[in-house]
Amino acid sequence: MSLDPSMLLVQFISGLTTAMVLFLLASGLTLVFGVMNVINFAHGAFYMLGAYLAFTMTQLLSGSLGFWAALLIAPTVVCVVGGIVEVGLLRRIYGKEHLLQILLTYALIFIFNDLIKMIWGVNLRMVNMPASLRGFVTFLGSRFPVYYFFILGVGTAVAVLLWLLLKKTQFGKLLRASAEHRDMVGLLGYNVSTVFTLVFMMATWLGGLAGAVIAPTVRISMGMGMEIIIECFIVVIIGGLGNVLGALLGALLAGEIYAFGILLLPNFAMAFLFALAAVVIIFRPYGLLGKPAQGMS
Amino acid sequence: MADRMETGPVTHGNAGKWIWISVSGLSLIILPFVLEKGISQYYLFLAANILAWALFALSFNLVLGYGGMMSFGHAAFFGVGAYTCALLLVKASCPLILAFLAAPFAAACVGLVIGYLSVRIKGVFYFAVITLCFAQLVYILVFKWRSFTFGDDGIQGIPVPAFISTDESYIHYYFFALIIVLICAFVLWRIVRSPFGMILRSLKENPERAAFVGVNVEHYRLIAFVISAFFSGIAGVLYALLQTSISPDILFWTVSGDVILMGLLGGMTLFLGPALGAAIMVLLNSFVTSYTEYWGLCLGITLILIVLFFPRGIGGIMVERYQTWKKRKEG
Repeated sequence: MSLDPSMLLVQFISGLTTAMVLFLLASGLTLVFGVMNVINFAHGAFYMLGAYLAFTMTQLLSGSLGFWAALLIAPTVVCVVGGIVEVGLLRRIYGKEHLLQILLTYALIFIFNDLIKMIWGVNLRMVNMPASLRGFVTFLGSRFPVYYFFILGVGTAVAVLLWLLLKKTQFGKLLRASAEHRDMVGLLGYNVSTVFTLVFMMATWLGGLAGAVIAPTVRISMGMGMEIIIECFIVVIIGGLGNVLGALLGALLAGEIYAFGILLLPNFAMAFLFALAAVVIIFRPYGLLGKPAQGMS
Repeated sequence: MADRMETGPVTHGNAGKWIWISVSGLSLIILPFVLEKGISQYYLFLAANILAWALFALSFNLVLGYGGMMSFGHAAFFGVGAYTCALLLVKASCPLILAFLAAPFAAACVGLVIGYLSVRIKGVFYFAVITLCFAQLVYILVFKWRSFTFGDDGIQGIPVPAFISTDESYIHYYFFALIIVLICAFVLWRIVRSPFGMILRSLKENPERAAFVGVNVEHYRLIAFVISAFFSGIAGVLYALLQTSISPDILFWTVSGDVILMGLLGGMTLFLGPALGAAIMVLLNSFVTSYTEYWGLCLGITLILIVLFFPRGIGGIMVERYQTWKKRKEG
């Protein structure tokens, strides 16, 4: 195998795009855990729902318009569904055992899978890329799909907005405060229930966005949510559960390791990810940026 | 009180206990003949299937119900057991006894590695996520390593010796599985009732206090994890020999979820609760899938109802009812 620099660049950029999609998902997962202390096993299902909704939008509206509409509407619908799930189900079990919380979100996976099967059937679905994002660009002597840079742009924008939201706004302060001292925030007169609902909706919105963004590059299928959730879990293990910056770091590491691992062992690139996760657990059990105080039972 | 919970209804006096045991033993022996003559081979197959899953659920409960460790990775041990046995039979033409014995040890080895990485972590969520991830690694390896494991083709036509052959009737296999499951269940029961079992339960109730009185928490958790993996491996062998074909699907993480559900359905505070849960799951699955393709929807809704309204499981409800009934009778 020849390892010329342009090849490395191609892999590097491709790793970044993987990282951005993982970040969109893992940031939601980690936010929900950080603020609400709940692991949402069904996060992948929201991602899958986003992709299927994107498919429907591109079917309804022809041309590029369908895709851009999908980018706006799919995450919004997913986030409304997320809100219903939070208010209708999750809210009932916050005080209860963690085991029951895990099983509740686990049950949602099956329900979502079958509902999607009812609505969209079991066939693989494809989403057409909008004309403006098709084709290739030459960057430092190598050719890249334009869509790569679109994903990078979306990921970066979300990361910046999320950072601004968490650090610079009143709502962000409230989120961080709820993560640390839930009862205190309640005593100060804020409605913690509403904060939780909003956080869960935000997380599912991000999940739906990831699904819509990835839709034109993959075959949309029933299993897609089940597979990506494992990678997201690894990302948050590496970065530290509950830490958004950790999710970004974990996603970048995971994306790059995957991209370069595929050069070494094409079939087992995932194994490198697991190896990294194992090393992190041994030396820093709570992730690179995580705190041991979180998630203790 | 805790002990009374463990053994459920079987606690009122020694005579009553032996009556219970002989009645259930007798019905387990008569059951296959009734099923075969009275209903159909299919139900005998289901009964054998329940035995394999019941053993899996019982061994899993050592970790979750007794040790308080939310493992989401037990499919790996079940699958490694099944695959070890099947590969030894198919590729090495090993005698059954060797393949049968090797499987739980292979499962225990995988359990040792995953357990070593996981027991270091406190917190239910972290534990669940980490065991899930590493079990999924085993799935990926089996799925992708075509030359060794046949990949997603799975292993078909596992050669099963004549004495447990299921070609004509499942009855021989049923008794073979019954004997193994009973032996394993007895060993597990002794483990649960031993000083080790007591320590394990104290780790679930209050790990800080246990550590304070000098118990090495991680050490005990790891031992429980490995024992559980060992018996899950035996359950995997029973499954492989019954089905005579296996695929990487049995290592997928939903199988880990299934065994948790069995525990939840039957009741994790009872020793035999998970076995009851296994029976309910297998029967419910065969019933629902004969009517609709939306088994997942049904399973998900059942699960949500249990989580919201009956968190102690069906076994737990039965014991509660029995105890209030007994109290009313006495008082």
